Amino acid sequence: MSDFTRRRGAVGYLLLIPAALWLVLFFVIPFYSLLATSLYDPSGSDFRGYEMTYEWSNYQHALQDYWRPLVRSLLYGGVATLLCLILGYVLAYAIAFKAGRWKNLMLVLVIAPFFTSFLVRTLSWKLILADDGLVVNTLQAVHLLGADGRLLATPVAVVAGLTYNFLPFMVLPLFASIDKIDHRLIEASSDLYANPVVGFFKVTWPLSLPGVVSGTLLTFIPAAGDFINAQLLGSPNQRMVGSVIQSLFTDANDYPAAAALSMILMVIIVVMVFAYIRRAGTEELL
Amino acid sequence: MIGRWLRDHLVLLLGLVVLAYTFIPIAVVVLMSFNAPESRLVYQFDAFTLHNWLNPCEDPSMCEALGRSVEIGLASTLVATILGTLAAFALVRYDFAGRSSSNLLIFLPMASPEIVMGSSLLALFVASGFAGQLGFWTILVAHIMFCLSFVVVTVRSRLAGLDDDLEQAAMDLYATPSQTFWRVTFPLVFPGILGAALLSFSLSFDDFIITNLNAGNTTTFPMYVWGVAQRGVPMQVNVVGTVMFLISIAIVLAGEARNRQRRRSLTAGPVGAELASARRPS
Repeated sequence: MSDFTRRRGAVGYLLLIPAALWLVLFFVIPFYSLLATSLYDPSGSDFRGYEMTYEWSNYQHALQDYWRPLVRSLLYGGVATLLCLILGYVLAYAIAFKAGRWKNLMLVLVIAPFFTSFLVRTLSWKLILADDGLVVNTLQAVHLLGADGRLLATPVAVVAGLTYNFLPFMVLPLFASIDKIDHRLIEASSDLYANPVVGFFKVTWPLSLPGVVSGTLLTFIPAAGDFINAQLLGSPNQRMVGSVIQSLFTDANDYPAAAALSMILMVIIVVMVFAYIRRAGTEELL
Repeated sequence: MIGRWLRDHLVLLLGLVVLAYTFIPIAVVVLMSFNAPESRLVYQFDAFTLHNWLNPCEDPSMCEALGRSVEIGLASTLVATILGTLAAFALVRYDFAGRSSSNLLIFLPMASPEIVMGSSLLALFVASGFAGQLGFWTILVAHIMFCLSFVVVTVRSRLAGLDDDLEQAAMDLYATPSQTFWRVTFPLVFPGILGAALLSFSLSFDDFIITNLNAGNTTTFPMYVWGVAQRGVPMQVNVVGTVMFLISIAIVLAGEARNRQRRRSLTAGPVGAELASARRPS
């Protein structure tokens, strides 16, 4: 480190201010608007305007009416995150340790499919999981699925879609962590007669924990808030909370209820994230 | 020994299977771009045709939406890349009070669900009387907001991984600060900036949840796909998907070819390398 790296002075502020200002104006301040909107008198409307009556009961009503989609979102998001962790770990491990000179290429191939439109890809899952499609027919042939069983419009399809769409959010942080692990530590564990499984759980896994934590967060947060998969691959029985919020805003024009539900989702996620980071004992997220 | 060989290759094999899985829907998108559907309501492969490729704009509203998405994507990428790169330089190269809270401010948008960011912005626009003006500009503001953090993080990691030996060398050789910046620092950081720009274009181009809440009557490409998903999808949507995939593969291959070429010549651009070797003896 030299004096060249971190200079003091006003120039730093000048460089930072445009971006920081943009985020304060369009990310931080909107949260206050959301909070305010969630406490408006629910009988207001676009035309008559809203009155601030500190209507905390908006929250109570939102929870009463929509606790099902809320719980469902957390559940689907959680299951998808777990599946992503399993698939993503295998892929990240293979790229970091086994890919050799193909490492870079494999890494970009992980991201490449995701430059194709999210919605178009989700639509093609609809085709893959269709009622007389290959997947359903195969599962029926081996009796994993009843003769009239289906995948579309079931939680399975929604979770599969979520898992697929958020996989890169898991693979990239996992790769960054696993790639840093010193091979000699793993060799040492096998020299000391640890079998590969023990070696993995005592050496590789603990060392990759920072990647596991940031990967699971970066997957869970968008997955729980997503509703594109639930809408395109599921039925109204798989409705997720994002869908409720957006239709309360755009179709029902019930802004206070939508804002209250949005705040609830945010608070739940923030609380879960903090609890999780504390348990995992890593603060390397930034 | 054989067990070990198998284990090593088993992991690689499983990894390749997972990688292949991520390409399954792409194969379907490509296949469906050549589909001649019998009915708009049943989404399945019926017969081969080139019709969709020859008439991409059969539904003019699709191309209109596509054009709008490209416009918004380019504009938000330009603004987000410039502001984000400046901020990344500030965070890595300068020391000032509030640096760690700025890092937090940059991190938070990436950790917030889109639906929450989208609804807060809508709440802001409505509260400040812009409810009637939702459209191109409100979408642009939103896209710049969520692209910014990703730009900062990408450029920041490139900058932080950069050794300042080369810059020191340039200064030792009497380069002025601006020469040092433009002939040494900037070329070295440029791949990071380019990567950040690509990432932010694809984030903007692909966004549905935030856009949909703040779009008013304006339709972007993802919103168009969402709309037709309920009433029958024109196969041209898959043509767009295929073209996007081909473009991204082309970029990937170009980047990889460039990397290989570079590795064969010198590790860091010729100017920088000369300067570095000039400095080493002292």
